[in-house]
Amino acid sequence: MSTANVEILKLFIPFVILLLIIGFYYILATRNLVRILLGVEIITKAALLSIIVVGYVTDNMPLAQSLAIIMIIIEVFVIAVAAGIIIQIYKVTGSVDARNIRNLRG
Amino acid sequence: MNLILAMLIILIIAALMVVFSSRLLLAAISLAATSIMLTLLMFKLNSPIAAVFELSICAGLITVIFITTISFVKPVAQEDLIETRNKRIKKYAALPIILIIVGVVISYVIKPLVLALPAIVQEKNVANVLWNLRQVDLLGQAIILLVGVFGIVVLFKEGQKK
Repeated sequence: MSTANVEILKLFIPFVILLLIIGFYYILATRNLVRILLGVEIITKAALLSIIVVGYVTDNMPLAQSLAIIMIIIEVFVIAVAAGIIIQIYKVTGSVDARNIRNLRG
Repeated sequence: MNLILAMLIILIIAALMVVFSSRLLLAAISLAATSIMLTLLMFKLNSPIAAVFELSICAGLITVIFITTISFVKPVAQEDLIETRNKRIKKYAALPIILIIVGVVISYVIKPLVLALPAIVQEKNVANVLWNLRQVDLLGQAIILLVGVFGIVVLFKEGQKK
């Protein structure tokens, strides 16, 4: 790993951690289920960025790209199923508030 | 280097816009903006194939899924919007402060560190890596795809019966 690559890695790491903090804070602070999903998306973005950066600095782009592609496709399905669950929760409880689904019925 | 730094700062600002926007639709569009900045960073870091996937799927498809979900759930009334906006500012006021402190601390801590990462596989073709080296991942991906399809079918089947 050359010195320029180390500099790039050191430039990216704080931003990746900041993105992670934004995502975690969002998930913890909000009660809206759609917003929780948006927070999950932000955390995924941080993970993707870190994969690509590490691939770049180790000069191993093909592996990093294939991992990123797999991650993006899995992410879509997670979001699609979670969105379906949120719509069903809205149909049952009439709101997308996370506090309303604490009480189990039946 | 300066261009990459500017892109990263815009990425963080877009992510903060997702958090601070009081309307869900604006938050979803800000998430698409975050994806677009990530795409530009990927192009800058020599990964065009992953960047194309990111642009078409994360900035396109996921935004469509979010907008569809938001259109299904109840919109907030105008009076409630002002009230929730004030509450939101209180709730998320700590976030920029935390970000600035953590950012400064990490950038000071990381400077003297000696970072070394091993290079694992030196294969130059993306298709080769994806289809030959990461077969187990592809299998897992196919299973998750199937689970996702079944999940969506089961979720929306219930609605059709009613």
